[in-house]
Amino acid sequence: MSNIPADLKYAKTHEWSRLEADGTVTVGITDHAQYLLGDLVFIELPEPGKQVSAGKEIAVVESVKAASDIYAPLSGTISAVNQDAADMPERVNNDAYATWLFKIQPDNAADLDQLLDAAGYQQEIGE
Amino acid sequence: MTKTTPFNSAHHLLNARMVDFHGWEMPLHYGSQIEEHHAVRRDCGMFDISHMCAIDAIGLDAKPFMQRLLANDVEKLRAGKALYSCMLNEAGGVLDDLIAYYLGGGRYRIVVNAATAEKDIDWMKACAAGWKMQLALTPRCDLAMLAVQGPNARETVWQALPDIRDATTAMAPFHAQQVGDYFVARTGYTGEDGFELTFSAQHAETLWQRLLELGVRPCGLGARDTLRLEAGMNLYGQDMDESVSPLDAGLGWTVVFDTAREFVGRSALLSRPRQSQFLGLVLDGGGVLRPQQKVFTATGEGLITSGTFSPTMEKSIALARLPLDSTMGDTVEVEIRGKRHSAHIVKPPFVRNGRILV
Repeated sequence: MSNIPADLKYAKTHEWSRLEADGTVTVGITDHAQYLLGDLVFIELPEPGKQVSAGKEIAVVESVKAASDIYAPLSGTISAVNQDAADMPERVNNDAYATWLFKIQPDNAADLDQLLDAAGYQQEIGE
Repeated sequence: MTKTTPFNSAHHLLNARMVDFHGWEMPLHYGSQIEEHHAVRRDCGMFDISHMCAIDAIGLDAKPFMQRLLANDVEKLRAGKALYSCMLNEAGGVLDDLIAYYLGGGRYRIVVNAATAEKDIDWMKACAAGWKMQLALTPRCDLAMLAVQGPNARETVWQALPDIRDATTAMAPFHAQQVGDYFVARTGYTGEDGFELTFSAQHAETLWQRLLELGVRPCGLGARDTLRLEAGMNLYGQDMDESVSPLDAGLGWTVVFDTAREFVGRSALLSRPRQSQFLGLVLDGGGVLRPQQKVFTATGEGLITSGTFSPTMEKSIALARLPLDSTMGDTVEVEIRGKRHSAHIVKPPFVRNGRILV
């Protein structure tokens, strides 16, 4: 059974999102995603300042087994990336919610409402 | 219908991540395949390999049969010695790679891959009939097989099975013998010392439990793949198959041409010399090399056949078919998701006995 915190929003493509007090949205991959991928060994993060559109691939995580695209959960501008995650990808396996990947300054914060809540995501992954 | 091994419930008990492997339900890992990999390089790990199939070839004509069936030559094998070989089709393609153990007195045990076992058995039986040879071919897919690998593997196995210690203490690498209920082979697919044990399925859970209690780490197919790749060992279906000559898969050293021995595929190999070199790659920057990625060298294109992240080297490594004039140390480019990344050519193995060699 995966860990699915109730205070986050989720994409069907297994990214979690959290609206911060400063208006940015922090993004990572879910516990379920890290479990499916297995040991992560490489993470390619987007460039800060890059314009991203909802649903487009903007990063890659690679496990020993496979490469997997990460999609922007909403449109906006990359405002920060987590270099610690790129340097130590195993941290995502250890705690997928503490180890964020990047932050987006959203064009429209209301786009978050388009994402799934914890119950919706749980249903999506069939648990 | 999915097939299961005698260790299946032991895997489930440990919450292994189970996957379908060519019709067999097998463990991919038990939590972290990287930790499992390190356990084998540094201490001791065990792998359920019961999905592989032992085939006993016994009879008056067993030796001439093996000499015609295999590209490597059993001619000089003494009783107790193992031989790695390809089994080819008439076109010189690889039907399977296998280990043949000579047990003395016209008896051989052949261990083949899980995915190809049925096809192999049919092929062998058709060959024996066609060549009118006197021998019995008996598949022993009912047996349990467990590989225990790592610098401390043999000592730990002896603690678990004290009765086999005396008979196997002086047994050299790539040898095997039957000791009581256990067929003990000093072989493996990891680049570390250790044993591959073959025995009646009724002993499977007891031995597994005893080894667990002695601290042996259960390892899945994930670690098995990274270990064999670091060790520079080919994987059937990936590094070679029916359409690939062993000479183009780095297996020329296993093909014996130097006598007049007529083995299946010989004339095809002689009429088609080696077309490419089979070498290793180390990726210079971040990223992961994967099978089927293209390699660009100064003189042409090559192809990665196996690629992964090496937990020992903490870099990505690969086996690749490259143009004939490729040289060790050359820098090449590999296309990963549309972008070219620099890598350099090395001679496998990458890692043996816990040490990085490239």
